[in-house]
Amino acid sequence: MATSSNARTASAAEIPLTTAVGGAVEYDEQITKYFLTAAIIFGVVGMLVGVIIALQIAWWPANLGLQWTTFGRLRPLHTNAVIFAFGGNIVFTAIYYSMQRLLKVRMWSDALSRFHFWGWQAIIVAAAVTLPLGLTQGKEYAELIWPIDLAIAVVWVAFAINFFATILVRRVQHMYVAIWFYMSFVIVIPVLHIVNSLAMPATLGRSYPIYAGLTDGLVQWWYGHNAVGFFLTTPFLGLMYYFMPRAAERPVFSYRLSIIHFWALIFLYIWAGPHHLLYSALPEWSQTLGMIFSIMLIAPSWGGMLNGLLTMKGAWHKVRTDPILKFFVVAVSFYGMSTFEGPMMSIRAVNLLSHYTNWTIGHVHSGALGWVGMVSFGMIYWLVPRLYRTDWAFPSWATTHFWLGTIGIVLYTVSMWAAGLTEGLQWRAIDEAGQLKYPNFVNIVDQLQPFYWLRLVGGTMFLVGIVMLLINYLATVRGAAPTPAARRVAAAA
Amino acid sequence: MSDDNNAPYYWHRKLEGNLGMFAVLTTVVILIGALVEIIPMFTVTAGPQALAGVTPFTPLEQAGRDIYVREGCYTCHSQMVRPTRAELLRYGDWSRAGEFEYEHPFQLGSRRLGPDLHRVGGKYPDAWHYEHMRNPRSTSPGSVMPTYGWLYTQTIDPADVTASIKALRAVGVPYTDADVAGVAEQLKAQGGQIVQALASQGIKASPDHEIIAMIAYLQKLGVQGRAAIKAQTAAQAASAQ
Repeated sequence: MATSSNARTASAAEIPLTTAVGGAVEYDEQITKYFLTAAIIFGVVGMLVGVIIALQIAWWPANLGLQWTTFGRLRPLHTNAVIFAFGGNIVFTAIYYSMQRLLKVRMWSDALSRFHFWGWQAIIVAAAVTLPLGLTQGKEYAELIWPIDLAIAVVWVAFAINFFATILVRRVQHMYVAIWFYMSFVIVIPVLHIVNSLAMPATLGRSYPIYAGLTDGLVQWWYGHNAVGFFLTTPFLGLMYYFMPRAAERPVFSYRLSIIHFWALIFLYIWAGPHHLLYSALPEWSQTLGMIFSIMLIAPSWGGMLNGLLTMKGAWHKVRTDPILKFFVVAVSFYGMSTFEGPMMSIRAVNLLSHYTNWTIGHVHSGALGWVGMVSFGMIYWLVPRLYRTDWAFPSWATTHFWLGTIGIVLYTVSMWAAGLTEGLQWRAIDEAGQLKYPNFVNIVDQLQPFYWLRLVGGTMFLVGIVMLLINYLATVRGAAPTPAARRVAAAA
Repeated sequence: MSDDNNAPYYWHRKLEGNLGMFAVLTTVVILIGALVEIIPMFTVTAGPQALAGVTPFTPLEQAGRDIYVREGCYTCHSQMVRPTRAELLRYGDWSRAGEFEYEHPFQLGSRRLGPDLHRVGGKYPDAWHYEHMRNPRSTSPGSVMPTYGWLYTQTIDPADVTASIKALRAVGVPYTDADVAGVAEQLKAQGGQIVQALASQGIKASPDHEIIAMIAYLQKLGVQGRAAIKAQTAAQAASAQ
């Protein structure tokens, strides 16, 4: 079949291609190790804050009565930490590792790579300090104050220059599909970030967006939804396209499918933002566009899922014993599930029930823990032995981590579905007299307590899993024999 | 695969070898949806959806709004009532676009861990809010909201509020020079009214404490919109006769 032979060549990136120029390449592996270490540490921190705020909902005294530790201030810290600190560092790990190999060239500038690393970590530390202090822009996932926003733009420009320059000096003619997905991330994130962050500073810590009211809302959710699309989806699909075939030792299933779903995904995603404002005073045409494009998104999303799952063809028997493949298969399955659930929730009638409820929280976490988290762990368990040229200190922990994570996600999402449906139905229940059946809001909140505790158990299991990963990682790195700073790879002449 | 002219997807193989073309095409593809949805929004509040009678926040209310943003109230409370019977009964009239005309940033929220607040203005007396923010369970038994004790010790700085009013004017909120110059007096005057209302309930409060600004903000929410909607409905009914 022509497709599969194309795919085989396109995915066999590690095999020197005839288009590659001869000569030795020294890959920069140190930068990959830097980002990987930061990702694991910030993953633990971000998820720990998640568990703390989950506890605060179940048991309010956990707010501690201190202004720096209330739910309202820690929740942005949690979201920013897991998305930009954990997710960001994971993506950068994947990019710095895979693009050097895919393009058969070292990163164009070591200085820019390091500026990117230290700049990004400084931004994370600045976020961790300012958010508990209540310094915020008050826009979800875009809370960071304007000086930090400026720093993000500068660091991103440095990263983008390094990224594109590395492609320019590549020694392989064609850019593999992972690179397309990375490129959409590198291009779209600054567009979203800059447009959404345009603001007039009042003081060093406070600014006001140039947009007002629903215009600000539309711009924000255009940003917010595409942060999901281009920060938590496309670069992670790129990661999947590189690491999953390597772990499974199978070629990507279909080259044709990867072309179609890439272009369709990036075109459709950008329209979907208004589904966050259904039944608001946002113009109806805009809400309808958001809904329709969200539903259309199922097709390219599932294109990616199928291309991932079908890549396992011929390797399914390995899933039983290989924890890395377990992580990848579950991750891609959760990707498929949450990209089906999301479009369903953007149908107006469904959204009327699900919006404002815990259902949304469950949906987000099935994507964030199930897809982003699990695919990241799959990559880490594959990558560390290759990067440090040593076995894991505790190889069996990977399987334990996998089960803790998987069961944790199931407890999390199921409890949030139940809680979301309960509150959504009770909020709108009308009795025979035409009055609210549950007029006291707090009574509805109280009924959700068991679900909140169950969610806490699920989230804690997921946290324990990544803590095990951190311990395992530190023990592995400590025990690793000193390795040459760079790995020499001789490309075919 | 080598560059075989007859191979399927030859055109895309060419594209994969051309960084500039690939990057430009990616940018164009994502800009289409963005431009179509965002550009028309700049006409939304200016058109027939503008609501007469909706005014900018006073400096004290804006100071309260800044605290609302600082505390991340939007992580638990929405400010957007949807047009359904249940929400009409629970919260009041649905939220209109014109009501948000002077809101930088918007605070519609995405979650109702607590109730919607868009029509909370005038629903409770000032004293209720004063007690509620200090100990939510004193007014709402079973509430999971944190306590906000520091609002009763930290003070509002008029210079800080002036900087906010100036910045808001720069992004289009129609404050006059007199508004900017009179921030300190306005804070004192409106704060004094609230302190008086609290005193009549036996609560001794100081006008420059943050809780006073917070109460001013919460009591403004949805009130002007409600009046404007009522007036509009009445005018429509009159013209229909």
